[in-house]
Amino acid sequence: MKELTELKLKVLDLLNEDARRSPLLLATLIGVEEEAVKEAIAELEADHVIVKYAAVVNWSKIEEETVTALIEVQITPERGRGFEGIAERIYLYPQVKSVYLMSGAYDLLVEVEGRNLREVANFVSEKLSPIDSVLSTKTNFILKKYKQDGIIFEDREEDNRLMVSP
Amino acid sequence: MIVNEDTKQQQVKSMNSYLAPLVRDIPPSGIRKFFDLANGSKDIITLGVGEPDFTTPWHVREACVYSLERGVTAYTSNAGMIELREAISQYLYDGFHVGYDPQNQIIVTVGGSEAIDLALRALIVPGDEILIPEPCYVSYSPITSIGGGVPVGIETYAKDDFKLTAEALEAQITPNSKVLILCYPSNPTGATMTYEDWLPIAKVVEKHDLIVISDEIYAELTYNQKHVSFASIPGMMDRTILVSGFSKAFAMTGWRMGYVCAHPDIIAAMLKIHQYTVMCAPVMGQVAALEALKNGMEEKDRMVESYNQRRRLIVQGFHDIGLECHEPQGAFYAFPSIVSTGLSSDEFAQRLLLEAKVAAVPGTAFGAGGEGFLRCSYATSVAQLTEALDRMGEFLNKLKRES
Ligand SMILES: Cc1ncc(COP(=O)(O)O)c(C=O)c1O
Repeated sequence: MKELTELKLKVLDLLNEDARRSPLLLATLIGVEEEAVKEAIAELEADHVIVKYAAVVNWSKIEEETVTALIEVQITPERGRGFEGIAERIYLYPQVKSVYLMSGAYDLLVEVEGRNLREVANFVSEKLSPIDSVLSTKTNFILKKYKQDGIIFEDREEDNRLMVSP
Repeated sequence: MIVNEDTKQQQVKSMNSYLAPLVRDIPPSGIRKFFDLANGSKDIITLGVGEPDFTTPWHVREACVYSLERGVTAYTSNAGMIELREAISQYLYDGFHVGYDPQNQIIVTVGGSEAIDLALRALIVPGDEILIPEPCYVSYSPITSIGGGVPVGIETYAKDDFKLTAEALEAQITPNSKVLILCYPSNPTGATMTYEDWLPIAKVVEKHDLIVISDEIYAELTYNQKHVSFASIPGMMDRTILVSGFSKAFAMTGWRMGYVCAHPDIIAAMLKIHQYTVMCAPVMGQVAALEALKNGMEEKDRMVESYNQRRRLIVQGFHDIGLECHEPQGAFYAFPSIVSTGLSSDEFAQRLLLEAKVAAVPGTAFGAGGEGFLRCSYATSVAQLTEALDRMGEFLNKLKRES
């Protein structure tokens, strides 16, 4: 893993809070030259430390409902490649949103999104389970998201400070 | 209820005559006036708030909830829970190199506010002069007056970064001078004092046998060097009443938790007032404060770092829109000069509020030397600060076009 400079860490923290902050704003907040921030970001992007700038969306706010399932998958690792090959076969499907290798009772945690229950169920029975080395799957549907990536969706804490105080 | 305006007037008048003149004659706070003005308006961005924009960290709130569930609801000892006093003692020693005995040198108070009141009441004999560097926090002078003391302002200046100088202090000393109130890092100027800055002050204090009330409530909020407690200056320990609290460092304003540390004789006197007026600080707050000291340092450091980022943003922003602003080294206030606009602080703040929808407090609310300045709290989100700076920039342009 790469040793990051203090500047890069600060840039990452601030972009993680709000990815739309400009290099100039970041430079002011951190107290360095804009050029240094631009350079840091360019390197972070080149090294794929910053993979992408995306919006965190609360999809449940809009009509178009989707369903998401977290699927626990047990597999037998392949000789010589471990879990990598199977993980790749799974994550290449566009409906798969994330894949994690886990310690504990199962091996992969696969997040799958579909338009409805049936679509996800079909994915599991037609694509996931038939893979040779997949021993078992257990599908858990997400009913409601309260917090994702450190962001609370329905944040009830409001600024109730007085407008002016000593 | 229907009240005839005339009888209402009459009533107010006659009721007023019952009041103690000392209290009746305290001028209304300049902040209050502004609060009323701002509170009625809509879409205001406020830089007028004297408190953190963070909610108290969850682990602190949770500790309080848990203690309530267990039924921790009784009085504590007058000076506060001994565990908390021990934690405060350790914290002050580790952070600021001052040693106070938790048994007889610390009282847990209802905010730093009560601590200031206790200290002044314990010390003032009517007629005593209380030296107060200004601009400063709004409570020192009124509390002094209520106690029968005479507040004596010592003006500090932007050219000195609002630091107190030995010459300015010396110039105000008379045979009646008894107490010096210090507040660094400063509300409203953000000024701090270094060890070297303190040494000549300590000399004057020694020479004129003064007692010092050092309000160090912003001690954790310094940005370029660590806070130096006045009590840590050689020879000043026994002369200093150290006031601090949890409001600013741990984002706990509403909990009303503060503390005061001093020589055992002074603490004993203050404890008498404290026990007869409030008995003890609220136990829920004490539990929370203990949790903050035990497990809250990481979160505190994160908050300080965040204030520092916003400090850079607001100072840069003022420079960009053409407002002169010395670099504040502590607290979460910037104190730009608005002299270049030709307006008084009051006019500027009022028009800024009405025409640009940005609330900030005119420097005059903080005493002598505040004219020509505006206190802007940067304890608000980066987005709000950016918007406020934009609005102020436009407002300044408009003023220029007018003239
Ligand atoms: C300089 C200073 N001292 C004391 C206080 C009082 O703080 P508390 O009573 O919340 O501890 C404040 C609050 O604004 C302050 O700015």
